[in-house]
Amino acid sequence: MHDHDHDHGHHHHDHSHDHDHDHAAVVQPHAPPAKDEKIHSYHQVLGLALKELLIEKGVFTPDEIRKAIEWRDSITPAMGAKIVARAWSDSAYKKRLLANGTAAVKEFDHDMGALHLVVVENTPQVHNMIVCTLCSCYPRAILGLPPPWYKSREYRSRAVREPRKVLREFGTVLPENVEVRVHDSTADMRYLVLPMRPPGTEKLSEAELAELVTRDSMVGVSLPEAP
Amino acid sequence: MAGALSPGDRVRVREDFPLGHIRTPVYVRGKEGVVTRVFGSFPNPEVLALGRDGLPKKTLYEVCFKQSELWPDYNGPEADTLLIDIYEHWLSKV
Repeated sequence: MHDHDHDHGHHHHDHSHDHDHDHAAVVQPHAPPAKDEKIHSYHQVLGLALKELLIEKGVFTPDEIRKAIEWRDSITPAMGAKIVARAWSDSAYKKRLLANGTAAVKEFDHDMGALHLVVVENTPQVHNMIVCTLCSCYPRAILGLPPPWYKSREYRSRAVREPRKVLREFGTVLPENVEVRVHDSTADMRYLVLPMRPPGTEKLSEAELAELVTRDSMVGVSLPEAP
Repeated sequence: MAGALSPGDRVRVREDFPLGHIRTPVYVRGKEGVVTRVFGSFPNPEVLALGRDGLPKKTLYEVCFKQSELWPDYNGPEADTLLIDIYEHWLSKV
């Protein structure tokens, strides 16, 4: 209900929430759609104008854009989970992955393009976490689009300044004798955390292991758990 | 300059504040760390950002800093570290 506040010219933000009831009554379920500020922001309009011009000039077609978005959306953290599960099950693969991530993911027909993949391993002594303080560099080729919090100014500034506090907010409390190692990706390297295999998972197959590997554990803000 | 540094070398990040597209975050400028990896040479993003070719290429290093070096009031164990990718022209051997 609070979302409605943003769709209207009225500024109810400062009022008490009791007003929401009256406010909701004003919104007719079949009212014409209000102008969406998220779509019509200055930079969005600029982006749309550029897109339309490039289509008009025949640089690309709308279908090509749609296909590119479809391809982008088809990459999910499941890809990363497969890689991690392989590394947990096959020590020779793990060695190759840590030595050269870019080459090792090619075994899954995965191409990093112009970028390079660096896989960093969590151990009982070291916990790795990933951030990009300058923008929001993220291993998109392996994990898909980054979550909003990864792109937030708060995460980007605090992950390097007070990583343990940030980890605690994600529910990850690490002992003092574990080194927290923060990776700030500022260049062409994309980082992926290889979490530790949870205890009690010895009998699981590679496919079953992959189900335990979460996106956040590969960014290094949480730990995978045994089923 | 290319490949002038090796893992284990102690380095200091240039304390400089030029205008433009800079990939060396302010919080590491002027700080001392240790080279941990040599990633090879890459087009210089500061030059690429000007719409030029990025040449000559610059060697990219991974440098490890103690959190206590970056933040004197760091609230955590002394062993905690931060690793970051820095181009050669921002580093000098200590």
